Amino acid sequence: MKIKADTSVCIGAGMCVLTAPDVFDQSDEDGTVVLLQESPPEGQEEAVRRAVTLCPSGALSVE
Amino acid sequence: MSHVSMPTLRRQPLDPPEEVLRLQEEGPIHRMTFADGHLGWLVTGYSTARAVLASPHFSNRPETMHPIVPSRLEIARRGVPPVTRGFFLRMDPPDHTRYRKLLTGQFTVRRIKMLEPRIAEITAACLDEMEAAGGPLDLVEAFALPIPSLVICELLGVPYEDRAQFQVDSQILFNLETGADEALAAIGRISAYLHGLIQHKRETPSDDLLSGLIEGGELDDEELIGVSFLLLVAGHETTANMLGLGTYALLTNPDQLAAMRDDPSVAENGVEELLRYLTIIHLGPLRTALEDVEIEGALIKAGETVAMHLPVANRDPERFPDGDRLDVTRPAGGHLSFGHGIHQCLGQQLARAEMRIAYPALLRRLPGLRLAVSPEEVPMRSDMSIYGVHRLPVTW
Repeated sequence: MKIKADTSVCIGAGMCVLTAPDVFDQSDEDGTVVLLQESPPEGQEEAVRRAVTLCPSGALSVE
Repeated sequence: MSHVSMPTLRRQPLDPPEEVLRLQEEGPIHRMTFADGHLGWLVTGYSTARAVLASPHFSNRPETMHPIVPSRLEIARRGVPPVTRGFFLRMDPPDHTRYRKLLTGQFTVRRIKMLEPRIAEITAACLDEMEAAGGPLDLVEAFALPIPSLVICELLGVPYEDRAQFQVDSQILFNLETGADEALAAIGRISAYLHGLIQHKRETPSDDLLSGLIEGGELDDEELIGVSFLLLVAGHETTANMLGLGTYALLTNPDQLAAMRDDPSVAENGVEELLRYLTIIHLGPLRTALEDVEIEGALIKAGETVAMHLPVANRDPERFPDGDRLDVTRPAGGHLSFGHGIHQCLGQQLARAEMRIAYPALLRRLPGLRLAVSPEEVPMRSDMSIYGVHRLPVTW
């Protein structure tokens, strides 16, 4: 699974950080998503998928 | 297809109007006649509400909207509130994006985590005062309002002792019966207060969000007033009503209260469930189509206004089975109580932190907490655009 994050769409709601904190972070400057890893560690796939669904701006996707 | 108007009468204080629940059984989207006669739409389905709120083909600008309740007709006709620069909630991209990006860094999960010790301190101080005063007292005045009020005031850099100058006016603005002149006067008073505060901070800056925005130099005074107006008012009315109404919901559902009090692992999800079950944004949000757009089979024409009924969408059985029941252990994530799309609540992580700290602290400090009146006597905020309790008399 490969995660894609579009910071130009991101509104910094923080749902991804709340849902999968090992995979997502937020920039201190403008709150937009920072990918800590491009592929989720084992056992985190479901959390990542949930984060994609919860993202309010549609900034996240997985391949 | 039948045309309805917005049902607002609740038979049970914690349940949405029965008419809207019945509409949901018929389908996710319905034609609705707005208060000015406009034929728009009412969305009752979870996934349809999400789709509209996420769509770039809808506007959130006030001048595109039709009022859903008759009492707001005059305000809508006269274009009140006037569109203030900086009040980015009611803007579309790219204006909305510009303002929001200036603020999101202050509301990240990490930033809010750093505020948690201070929130806990404020909460404990409120509880100390309650214990010293003794019951019965009004939990809204002693607990539900002061916690978020103090937190947002400190974060923004608004002196808490000035609260009398904006709390009353904020209530006026959220009251559905407020006339246009009264609303304009209240907006004028809050704006004048904030203008004075901004001048003062320009001369003597301190370590707070408002001073940071002033020093950043990207916003002029009018924009600074618009932004701080939004943050101040939104930071007050939302969490305060969740704490008040949430405590009422727990006190009237003792098994759920016990779970929130006794099991620390429940609190986090319990807050999401209270957000879902209570959905205090009960009359909207609204969006107006900028062009013809098809949403899950319904053709919404350019210029038509859509009202999302979030309390009912959050009980959509397809998304939340048995959603009419408060169950603090159900997976409640994904609710629409903070909205969805680009306008999803900027302060949601702050609101979560406040609630995750305040509910358990209250229930543990005062294990004998109970209503000091019968549940039917608690005055509900049916007359306000944000639902909740006007007062919550409690004792312990």
